[in-house]
Amino acid sequence: MTDRLTRLPQVQVPVLRLEDALLVTIQGDLQDTSAERLQADVLRHVAENPTAAVIIDISAVEVVDSFLGRVLAEIAAGAGLLAAQTIVVGMRPSVAITMVELGLSLPGVRTARDLQSSLSMLRESPASVHERGERGLDDTHRY
Amino acid sequence: MSEQQNADEWSSATRVGEALRRRREQIAQRWADAQLFRTVFTVSRDEAVEACRAVLDALADVADAGATEDVDAPGFQAVREQLARMSASRARTGLNPAQIAAEVAALRSPAVEHLSAELDREPDAVVHGALLELTVLMGTLRLVVMETALTEGHELISRQRQQLLEIATPVIKLWDGVVAVPLIGTLDSARSQVVMESLLEAIVAQQARYAILDITGVPTVDSLVAQHLMKTVAAARLMGAECVVSGVRPAIAQTIVHLGIDLGGVVTRASLADALAFALRGLGAGVAASPQPAAQR
Amino acid sequence: MTPIGTDAHRGSPTHLPIRSDMDLMWIRQEVRQMAAQAGFSLVQQTKLVTAVSELARNALVHGGGGHMDAAVVREGAHTGVRLVFTDSGPGIADIDQAMSDGYTSGGGLGLGLGGARRLVHDFRLDSEPGRGTTVTITMWQGSVPPTRQAL
Repeated sequence: MTDRLTRLPQVQVPVLRLEDALLVTIQGDLQDTSAERLQADVLRHVAENPTAAVIIDISAVEVVDSFLGRVLAEIAAGAGLLAAQTIVVGMRPSVAITMVELGLSLPGVRTARDLQSSLSMLRESPASVHERGERGLDDTHRY
Repeated sequence: MSEQQNADEWSSATRVGEALRRRREQIAQRWADAQLFRTVFTVSRDEAVEACRAVLDALADVADAGATEDVDAPGFQAVREQLARMSASRARTGLNPAQIAAEVAALRSPAVEHLSAELDREPDAVVHGALLELTVLMGTLRLVVMETALTEGHELISRQRQQLLEIATPVIKLWDGVVAVPLIGTLDSARSQVVMESLLEAIVAQQARYAILDITGVPTVDSLVAQHLMKTVAAARLMGAECVVSGVRPAIAQTIVHLGIDLGGVVTRASLADALAFALRGLGAGVAASPQPAAQR
Repeated sequence: MTPIGTDAHRGSPTHLPIRSDMDLMWIRQEVRQMAAQAGFSLVQQTKLVTAVSELARNALVHGGGGHMDAAVVREGAHTGVRLVFTDSGPGIADIDQAMSDGYTSGGGLGLGLGGARRLVHDFRLDSEPGRGTTVTITMWQGSVPPTRQAL
């Protein structure tokens, strides 16, 4: 498995490729410019290689304000145009509560508890979110 | 004249301070038997006597500083915490602030007796002045105790309120990956905040993919309650868990429709069992109509 | 305008510049620490820091930079954190419009001001066109803020 992991260059935030998924791990507080650069980098990687999903791990992120929320939503929208789905994993309870109070949702983004469940989610429904069958699930994990 | 008066007052205070120091042991022994100290320090009498000595030292310091009327006198600082513990302990046994104040007032007469004995050779005017000063000082002590008692009571109430909120919202693990919180009673803002936080914490702790909010025990659902529910559902979704609202009784369903509340996209089920079945289907656990798997028959 | 720190009994007032997105990180860190020291729960800390991030970015993007003053405040048994964001930018002509969700003059989601108001206990905005903007927010430790009369 590990030899399939390729570290992609020129990114501050580590972006790893795991088969046809991109794994992005945001470690702590991001500067605005770094967040914008991350957005551009991720979309470039999606465009350059066949990518089914972008998995963004935010378990280390303590604050998601409207700026970072917009960056995440735009990554999802951009990736969606390139036929890749975006899954945000590991959001902390305090961050989720704050985002809801703030009025932020993540349109077009699927969510998962942890990396493991995001991977099994991809196995269960590799198709794009728009083509998924079960109504309940379809409603839940999509915004 | 007024300078003379000031000097007198000052010296009365000093006399009180001196007398309290000289009679420290005798007064401490008497106080240790008083209701206030006896009921708080139940482990040993020595402990009570030691506490009395600390209070007497503080009073003597305050008297020496001529600050007998000052609730914030630095001399009280040393015993403030002890007094807070004492008043809290009395409050816990069900005493109200007035009763605690009465117990503090009861400390005055042993102190007065010893002060009079100490000054029995002084002229009447001096004794009178000193007794007045002691009365003022004991009154101030009473105020200090009241102040700490009130602060303590306030903290006790908010602590209990918090505990009550947490007890009223237990989060239960129903299955691997499924947690539920049965809501009973009225959902106000403070309570729904606690519900939301405990449910989300449980989602993390139990690695849950499904969270069930059971509102069977919630008497009415108005638009505010609905809003609270929606917020919880939205927050759980952001964390990657799906929320199911169960226990929607016909009357509540009707209210929701009448009020025109849009539960937009929230999965609702009539009973907790239905919600669990929904969650298990989602987990791929498979729910057979009969509890026994058909293959075993 | 209330000078910050006059009603702060403890905790020295802090003054931080808002000139770059690096400063935003500093401010978030500083406020997080203050809130933790004031005994805020994790959720409260997160709400406050998020509101601060919105307001500081607002001052940076729309106000052309400014500064934030922070102080711990006490009212009786309540402890809170009061923050004042000041910029000398163009100011806001229509405050109601600026506070409403979805309104944006920058590239954001337009949740900045209105969203920040929902996250804190007390929110005050003073602005006039051409004279900059001052936003004062207060968040109290515990779920129950002191009554308005007490303030």
